[in-house]
Amino acid sequence: MKKLILTLLMLLVPLGATAAAEAIHLDHVDIDLKDQAAVQRGAKYFVNYCQGCHSAKYVRYERLMKDLGLTEKEVRANLMFTGEKIGDHMTIAATPADQEAWFGKAPPDLSLEARYRGTDWLYTYLRSFYLDDSRPFGVNNTVFPDVAMPDVLAELQGYQKAVFKEETDAEGNTHKVFDHFEAATGGKLTSEQYDKVVHDLVTFLSYIGEPVKVERESLGVKVIIFLLIFTVIAYLLKKEYWRDIH
Amino acid sequence: MSTLLNWIDERFPLTKVWNEHLAQYYAPKNFNFWYFFGSLALLVLVNQIVTGIWLTMNYKPDADLAFGSIEYIMRDVNWGWLIRYMHSTGASAFFIVVYLHMFRGLIYGSHQKPRELIWIFGMLIYVALMAEAFMGYLLPWGQMSYWGAQVIISLFSAIPAVGDHLAQWIRGDFVVSDATLNRFFAFHVIALPLVLVMLVFVHIVALHKVGSNNPDGVEIKKKKDANGIPLDGIPFHPYYTVKDIAGVGVFLILFALVIFFKPEFGGWFMEPDNFSPADPLKTPPDIVPLWYFTPFYAILRSVPDKFLGVLTMFGAIAALFALPWLDRSGVRSIRYKGPIFKIAIAIFVVSFAVLGYFGTQPPTPVHTIVSRIFALLYFAFFVLMPVYSKIDKTKPVPERVTK
Repeated sequence: MKKLILTLLMLLVPLGATAAAEAIHLDHVDIDLKDQAAVQRGAKYFVNYCQGCHSAKYVRYERLMKDLGLTEKEVRANLMFTGEKIGDHMTIAATPADQEAWFGKAPPDLSLEARYRGTDWLYTYLRSFYLDDSRPFGVNNTVFPDVAMPDVLAELQGYQKAVFKEETDAEGNTHKVFDHFEAATGGKLTSEQYDKVVHDLVTFLSYIGEPVKVERESLGVKVIIFLLIFTVIAYLLKKEYWRDIH
Repeated sequence: MSTLLNWIDERFPLTKVWNEHLAQYYAPKNFNFWYFFGSLALLVLVNQIVTGIWLTMNYKPDADLAFGSIEYIMRDVNWGWLIRYMHSTGASAFFIVVYLHMFRGLIYGSHQKPRELIWIFGMLIYVALMAEAFMGYLLPWGQMSYWGAQVIISLFSAIPAVGDHLAQWIRGDFVVSDATLNRFFAFHVIALPLVLVMLVFVHIVALHKVGSNNPDGVEIKKKKDANGIPLDGIPFHPYYTVKDIAGVGVFLILFALVIFFKPEFGGWFMEPDNFSPADPLKTPPDIVPLWYFTPFYAILRSVPDKFLGVLTMFGAIAALFALPWLDRSGVRSIRYKGPIFKIAIAIFVVSFAVLGYFGTQPPTPVHTIVSRIFALLYFAFFVLMPVYSKIDKTKPVPERVTK
C-alpha cells in the first residue's frame, strides 16, 4: 500500500520541476500593511505617477484618510488635486475610449491589481522596463513583453538596457533569453532608493486591493481565541454527557 | 409552559417530531470521526443560505454592475467582506465536508441495502451542489467566472445535432453575457437552494426511516431490549447533538482560520484571475475550474474526442449513483472487508486526488497520459466492483457494535 502511494508520488516529481522552470523569475517583496508610513508614501507616489492614467475606482479618499491615519486636510493637500469630494472614488478624467486612442489599450483600473497579479509581480514589473527602439514609447518590459505602458518612473530610476544571452533549448533552437539589466542613463534616485519607492508603491497597491486586511487579521485572532474556548467547553460538555455511555 | 406545549401539540405534532427525530431517535453509540461530516454539511448549508441572503441585498446581477457591486460589498458594506468570505470559503468547505461524508458512506457500506435511497438522495444533493457552485461562480463576473462558464457551457455544444442550440438556450445568447448572468443568478439564489433544501429533507427522512449505519456496519435494530430500544442505540439528543457541537467548534476554528487569514487559500478557494473583471475579448492563458471540479475536468480532458469526453465525465458521476448495486460484498464496513477492497479504495482515493491535481495543470502531453491512466483506474474501481467485492475474503461481522 505504502509502496504504491510512494510510486505514484514519484510520478509527480518531474512534472513539478518542468512547470517551475518555465515561469518568469519574480523578485520577492515583503509587504507589511501595518507600516503606515510606507502605505502613505505609496499613496503619494500613486497619485503623482500612476493616477494620471490609472484609476482606483473602488477606493474612496475618505477610506484612505481613515486607514492611513491622515486628516482631511492632509488628504486634500497631498492626495487630491482636482477638487473631488472626500467621499469620492479615486477615478480619472480620461475616458477609456480616449486612452485606447492614445496608448492602443486603456490602462487597467488598479484597485485590484495586487490581488490579480500578486505583489511580487508588481514589484518586479515596475523595475523591469528597458530601452527598446522597436516599441512606440521606446521601452519594453521583461515581465510584461510588449507592454503598452510608457516608463513613467524613468525620471526616478533612469533608463536601463537589457542584456540578453543566447540559449539553446532541447530541440537545438537558439533563442534570446534575458540575463540582466545595465544602467543606461541615471535617474534622480540610486538603485536602492528606487527599489524602496517601488516597494512603497506596491505596499499601497496591496493595501487598496483589500483595505480591510489589517482589520480582518486582528479580528481573526480574537475570533480564534473565542472559538478555542468554545470548543474546549463544548468538548467538556460532551465528555460529561457521555460518561453514562462508556 | 406545558399548557402552551399541549396547545401546540393538539394542533401540530411538535413533541412527536422532536421525539421521533431527536430525543427518541436511536443512533448507534459507536460513531467515530467520520460521522461529524453530516451535521457539518447541514451547518455549511445554513451558512451558505444566510450569508447568501445578505449578499443578495447588495449584489447586482447585471454584467455592467456585478463586479463593482462585489467590491462595494467588500469595501463599503458594513461587515460585507466577512459575509462574502464566509460565503466563498463556505463553498469550498461544503465540498470538503461532502466529499468526506461520501467517503464515509463508501468505506462503511452506508450505500448498501436498505440504505440505497439515502445514497441516491445524497448523490442528487451532490449534483445539485455542483450546479449551485458552478452557477454561483459566475456571479462575481471576474475573468475566471466568465471563461469557466464559457468552457463548461460549450461542453453541451459537443452533443451531436442539438448541441449548439442547447448551449445557446442555456446561455440565452451566443456567448456568456448579461442574459446568462441573470438566469444563473435566478437559479443560484432561488431554484437550486430550494432543490437542495428539499433533497436534504428527504435524505434525512430516508435516514430516519431505516436508521443510521455505523463503523461496524452492524444493524443495531436487530438486538433490542424489552422496551424495543436498540441495545447499541443511544438517543440522538442529547448525546450526538452535544458531540456534534464539539465537532462544530473544531470545524469553525479551521473555517475561521481560512476566512480571517487566508481567504483566497493560495488561489484554491479564490482564483487570482477572478480579481480582473470579465472581458469577453481576452481569454486567460489557462482556464481552470475551482478545485472541487478538477477531478472531473481532468477526466473530460483525458478523452481526445469532445463529445466522448463529456459522456465520460458524466459517466464518472453516474458511476457513483450505481454504487449500491455494484457492491456485491456480503459485509458493509471496511473493518470486515478483505484486502482487495482495501487496495481498490486506496487506488480510488489516489486516482481522485491525482486527477484533481492534473485538472488544475495545463494539458501537456505528459499530463494527459497520466490523467488517462488515473481516469482508467477511477472507472476500474466501479466497473470491476461487482467482481472483486464478491470474491474478496471477508472477516466475520460481530453481533453487536464494538467499543
